[in-house]
Amino acid sequence: MKMPELDRFEDWAPEEFPKGYLCNAGTSVEYITGGWRSMRPVWDADKCTNCMMCWVVCPDSSIKVADEAMTGIDYDHCKGCGVCVHECRFGALEFIREDEAEVA
Amino acid sequence: MTATKPFSATGNQMIAEAMRQADPDVMAAYPITPQTTIVENYAKFVANGAVTTEFVTVESEHSAMSACVGASAAGARVATATASQGLALMWEELFIAAGMRLPIVMANANRALSAPINIHGDHSDVMGARDTGWILLFAETAQEAYDNTVISFPIAEDPDVQLPVMTTLDGFITSHAMERCVMEDDETVRSFVGDYAPANGLLTSPTPLGAGMFANGDSYMKSRYMLRHAIQDSLPVIERVGKAWADTCGRPFDVVDAWECDDAELIVVVLGSAAGNVRHIARELRAAGKKVGVVRPRVYRPFPVKQIAEACKGAKAIAIMDRADSLGGQYGPLAVDVLGALASAGQSAPFHNYIYGLGGNDLTNDLVHKVFDDLEKLADGSLGTGGTSYLGMQEAEGAQNIWLG
Repeated sequence: MKMPELDRFEDWAPEEFPKGYLCNAGTSVEYITGGWRSMRPVWDADKCTNCMMCWVVCPDSSIKVADEAMTGIDYDHCKGCGVCVHECRFGALEFIREDEAEVA
Repeated sequence: MTATKPFSATGNQMIAEAMRQADPDVMAAYPITPQTTIVENYAKFVANGAVTTEFVTVESEHSAMSACVGASAAGARVATATASQGLALMWEELFIAAGMRLPIVMANANRALSAPINIHGDHSDVMGARDTGWILLFAETAQEAYDNTVISFPIAEDPDVQLPVMTTLDGFITSHAMERCVMEDDETVRSFVGDYAPANGLLTSPTPLGAGMFANGDSYMKSRYMLRHAIQDSLPVIERVGKAWADTCGRPFDVVDAWECDDAELIVVVLGSAAGNVRHIARELRAAGKKVGVVRPRVYRPFPVKQIAEACKGAKAIAIMDRADSLGGQYGPLAVDVLGALASAGQSAPFHNYIYGLGGNDLTNDLVHKVFDDLEKLADGSLGTGGTSYLGMQEAEGAQNIWLG
């Protein structure tokens, strides 16, 4: 079946939509939700023990990991819920206001 | 036409048999009041190995329709049945089934909604499904309930339609009363219904798909626009499939059953089983030389606007009978649809809207006579147009129709 291209989804004519508004699988990656964030978790690599608790609890799969070690936070999809900050036992995640982050 | 032997059966039995012959892959249902014997009969077919259907018992009608949505999205042929508060509990999922363009077939025994507690026959439940995007068929008899259910599968699954279909019959009056019926043989129905080839089943598609996705305002509105056109454009498909089945079984099919309307001046528009009561009196009046007609939409969604207007074109007065009310609105749901159809065709005639038979209240011969008597008064001007009344009830003293002033 013909599939929408996500970067121009809004440009589609109605009759081009697949019946029932079907999409390619995995399209949530293309949908940038980071703009919803008012608070931002900031990662301190020096304090991080790679316990992976933040990776477990993150509801948006926004803890980036490579070779069994944390590499950062995916700010394109992190909505700033703060669950990772709350669960971190090593003070490796700080929660700051988004407007403060913009200045820094 | 197949040579079949007549037998006596309830509307519920006939729908269960039609579903058995279509042999859906999945049926999900909640088996307690106000469920009907459709599901009870079907569970026996499953237990006896008469069908290949996977029968899923769930904890509520909300879950029943959710399971049907999931199974249909996966690519299965899906059927179920419900009634009354059960349909009401499904309301959320009815929109999802239609919006996702899932060809689910569901039988509904049209019944009342509480309060007061009542599960007897009227159209209060199904009128709640009126705007959901489901195709709605109304059967007058148990035989028609069977025929409507058979055609529901190819209509729903037509690649141009791809919409859920509700095949309805009037609670108790048609669902539980015994009538003389015939049934086509299994092979005839199976070849008529055919095998189901889902267009985009989640488990049948060669590539991964996302279904039931989020859509922002612009995409949402475009998607709903396509849904409006899909159900609107399904009317010719319903007509084509219905006529093909009529050719197969020898019983007529029309989206609107227009009885004696060619020269009719006094016309009653009515849905479902009550049409028989009205025609019974109309026959007597015809014999006495009165030009009366009875219009019964067999398809209610999509509403057959042109056919209704055509059937009513010679009318000098029209009575529209609703077995459900639209509380706080001026008229019942059928009346609003009929008046819209007449207005768009540039037709008008004096009319009156009757709310009748709520909660299984009987539509007696006397009440039907009262409707035809009123039609004569509407036609000669001695009764004003545009009123609404609860048929057979005395208006409370001092009661005013606020809309008419």
